[in-house]
Amino acid sequence: MDKAAIIGVGMTKIEANKQRETFADMAWEAVNKALADAGMTIDDIDNVITTSSDFWDGRTISCMAVADASGAADKNTSCVEGDGTFGAFYGYTRALSGSYKTTLVTGHSKGSQCVSSLITNSSFDPIYERGLGMDMITACAMQANAYMDRTGLKPEDMAMVSVKNHGNALKNPVAQLPMKISVDDVMKSEMIADPLRKLDCSPVSDGCCAVIIAHESVATKFKQQPVWIRGLSFCTDHFFFGDRDLARSKSLAEAAKNAYSMAGIKDPKKEIDVVELYDAFTYQELLWLEEMGLAEYGKAADLLKAGHFNMDGPLPVNPSGGLLAGHPVIAAGLYRIAEVVMQLRGDAGAHQVKKAKTGLAHGVNGLCGQSHCVWILDKER
Amino acid sequence: MAKRVAIVGTGQTFHKSHRPDVNGQELINEAVQRALVDANLKMKDISAILIGNMDHFEGINYVDCWSVDGSGGVMKPVIKLTTGGTTGASLAIGGYHMVASGMFEKVLIIGWEKNSESDTTGAITTAFDPIWDRQVFAGAISGLAAEAQGYMARFGACDRDAARVSVRDRKHATNNPHAQLRKEVTLEEVLASPMLADPIHLLDVCPRTDGACAVIMANEDVAGKICSVPDWIWATAARHSYTYLGDGDWGRLTSMEKCSKEIWKKTGIKEPRKEIDVIEMYQPYSFAGLIWIEDMGIVGHGEAPQYIWDGNTDMGGELPVNPSGGVIACNPIGATGLIRCAEAAMQVMGKADARQVPDVNFAVSTGFGGCMWTDMLLHGKKKPN
Amino acid sequence: MADVFKGVEPMVYNSKISVPYSWWAGDTASKFFISLRDDQKIIAPRCGTCGKVFMPPRKICPACFTENTEWVDISNEGTVISYSVARRQLESIPVDKKTPVIWGLIKLDGADTALMHYLGEVKPEGVTIGMRVKAVFADSRTGTIRDISHFKPVK
Repeated sequence: MDKAAIIGVGMTKIEANKQRETFADMAWEAVNKALADAGMTIDDIDNVITTSSDFWDGRTISCMAVADASGAADKNTSCVEGDGTFGAFYGYTRALSGSYKTTLVTGHSKGSQCVSSLITNSSFDPIYERGLGMDMITACAMQANAYMDRTGLKPEDMAMVSVKNHGNALKNPVAQLPMKISVDDVMKSEMIADPLRKLDCSPVSDGCCAVIIAHESVATKFKQQPVWIRGLSFCTDHFFFGDRDLARSKSLAEAAKNAYSMAGIKDPKKEIDVVELYDAFTYQELLWLEEMGLAEYGKAADLLKAGHFNMDGPLPVNPSGGLLAGHPVIAAGLYRIAEVVMQLRGDAGAHQVKKAKTGLAHGVNGLCGQSHCVWILDKER
Repeated sequence: MAKRVAIVGTGQTFHKSHRPDVNGQELINEAVQRALVDANLKMKDISAILIGNMDHFEGINYVDCWSVDGSGGVMKPVIKLTTGGTTGASLAIGGYHMVASGMFEKVLIIGWEKNSESDTTGAITTAFDPIWDRQVFAGAISGLAAEAQGYMARFGACDRDAARVSVRDRKHATNNPHAQLRKEVTLEEVLASPMLADPIHLLDVCPRTDGACAVIMANEDVAGKICSVPDWIWATAARHSYTYLGDGDWGRLTSMEKCSKEIWKKTGIKEPRKEIDVIEMYQPYSFAGLIWIEDMGIVGHGEAPQYIWDGNTDMGGELPVNPSGGVIACNPIGATGLIRCAEAAMQVMGKADARQVPDVNFAVSTGFGGCMWTDMLLHGKKKPN
Repeated sequence: MADVFKGVEPMVYNSKISVPYSWWAGDTASKFFISLRDDQKIIAPRCGTCGKVFMPPRKICPACFTENTEWVDISNEGTVISYSVARRQLESIPVDKKTPVIWGLIKLDGADTALMHYLGEVKPEGVTIGMRVKAVFADSRTGTIRDISHFKPVK
């Protein structure tokens, strides 16, 4: 197989309510930042993938609102519905398909414009489940309870994730919620759905992210240092919670295994230098790390406590602050990719980690991590 | 190195106005099972799944996740593409690139819709900009009427010319057991049917349908082993330009012109009218049957009515269009573009039974949607160079 | 943050997508709901290939990818696999339910997969994973999942 690289990234600031910007305004900003980052003009882009959701956008054919602002007019284009990591995956295959060389991928969302509880309630089966009234938070609380029951972890263990990620965000200029908080602050915040308190949950956010993926034949043609895509994979678990082992995530373990195998990674604990993952809720950072083989099952909290995942630790996790510090749904996974790219290039500024050669970016679709997408990126080809 | 890609199996439901006997996942499963049988493959042989529909027709968020019991996606890569009416064709183009990239050997592509479960026009109306277009422009038919009026004014066609297209497609549909409307109509019946949006009559437009379609694509390493005559994908193109309704060139489908020019150029097709043997066009209403073959470059502007009156696009004519009966006979929206692709593939593979056009070397399938968007694929019997 | 809007009057257009839906339950789910409504009996399909019994009922076994044709009676009693307690009156919660609302994932005896439903007649603090519960049927039943009112602890 040919290789491809990410040669430009652009992120808007993640904010609680971008009242002065439309979807297209956000896309315009992120796309132009990515083009400038890559040293390209829109004429250097030969195809465009937008990532959006008709539910989150409150609009059928939601890609219609951003295609032109993403430079897709008169170009070959398509739209993935789901997390940005999946949109980027499709963009990657297009760059390798022989049809195109440079794919621009965007992902946008404005959580501020909708009621997330109703939108995530629409993800439940309409016949058997939806009328019972669960949403993403109450569903994830169910997963958190299953996880705690299996591992013996306590809410205080999960709260440490919130402390770390909000703290990391203090150094990230695009983060929405930089905060210096303590475990006690988390434990005193409003209980929304046991065991998840307000500071265990990611916020409602607006934002757009763009990345440019290039085929190896053109990856070094532009000014930016390419970050190589070494491995990537995605996988979907059962839909009904009662069919899954909710305390685990089999599909993430599978996606990670396949991504490592493609990247030739034998020991991810040693070979991965930085991780940006989909921490929509505190417990997820721990569970996802464990399923990706970056900690033993049930043991990520111990490593976290020991500083292992801190920005200056052996394996920095979410140095950007992650989703807990800003969660524009759909765009969130694409932000993870862009953040890892910045880290590997050494361009992450105040939240730059040391010695980052190989990085992992992760995105999620569906309820309680039903479907995962894992990317392994590398400074070297 | 990029891989060449072929369609090796297709499956469809027997499309109907209502399918109360199955839910969405079960409807999807019927098409998937038929495609697996057609390709003589098992679910375990499939490397990845692409699925799509239009969310607000069923009101189900994350359909890729919800549908795994029917799609076979448990513990497989599943991805969702949604581009409005073009969804089915966008899925086919997506499957092509995913296989061509070398990432996947065999992919299963699923388009579906249960249009009986909601208010189709109510949902479509939400496609338009909430602050500008949505408040003044409703549903799909108003845009199509604007196009038809523009075309008639510019090129002197009339509603009788369009009715001839409906007559053709409804006649063709009698050969297709999967089509929803399998009864012939006459010119007089079309023209006497209720006026929906001037100049469009009821029998000029597509129905609402429950249906699903599945297509299996494979790379060149295995395609020839799976079936004796694979349908090779020669090229794909898509144009989804637009922000506001006033941006359209009403009376011409510029997206179709751009896609076809790109495909003819990529593949060295010089005279599409002579070189293409059959077209399966996403033609949601009869006037499109006139306008869009002009924009495709089959005939010159203003020449389609005569070309069609002369029987050239009928079965047995120079270039049959919509042997399946097309969209006027059947329209499960998220599946519709993929049905065009599957029908074109069946023509190339020689599997189209009563609707088979003889000796098909090249076939074209298209998707239409969004705001005057086009997706297009060129299918061929010969493996591309 | 307030000065972001200084000298600006941002126009906001409020709307909502209000499309009515009527989801066909299909033959498989219909059989289950009719049994709940008319007989207060919980039934489930079994895969003829692997033998798994599915709750909620479905037509196709996701593992074997074959059609489930056989139906079996399963118990009204089962075990809580996990649970969730809403403390905030989230928008998704039905109007007749007031917080705290408790949902459980209940593996009924005789089924291989667990059903999502309400836990009732118990305080949130009293819910544990592994606890035994029993279905309480609604007095007025219309053929929906809420024909079971909730599951209550088995004394």
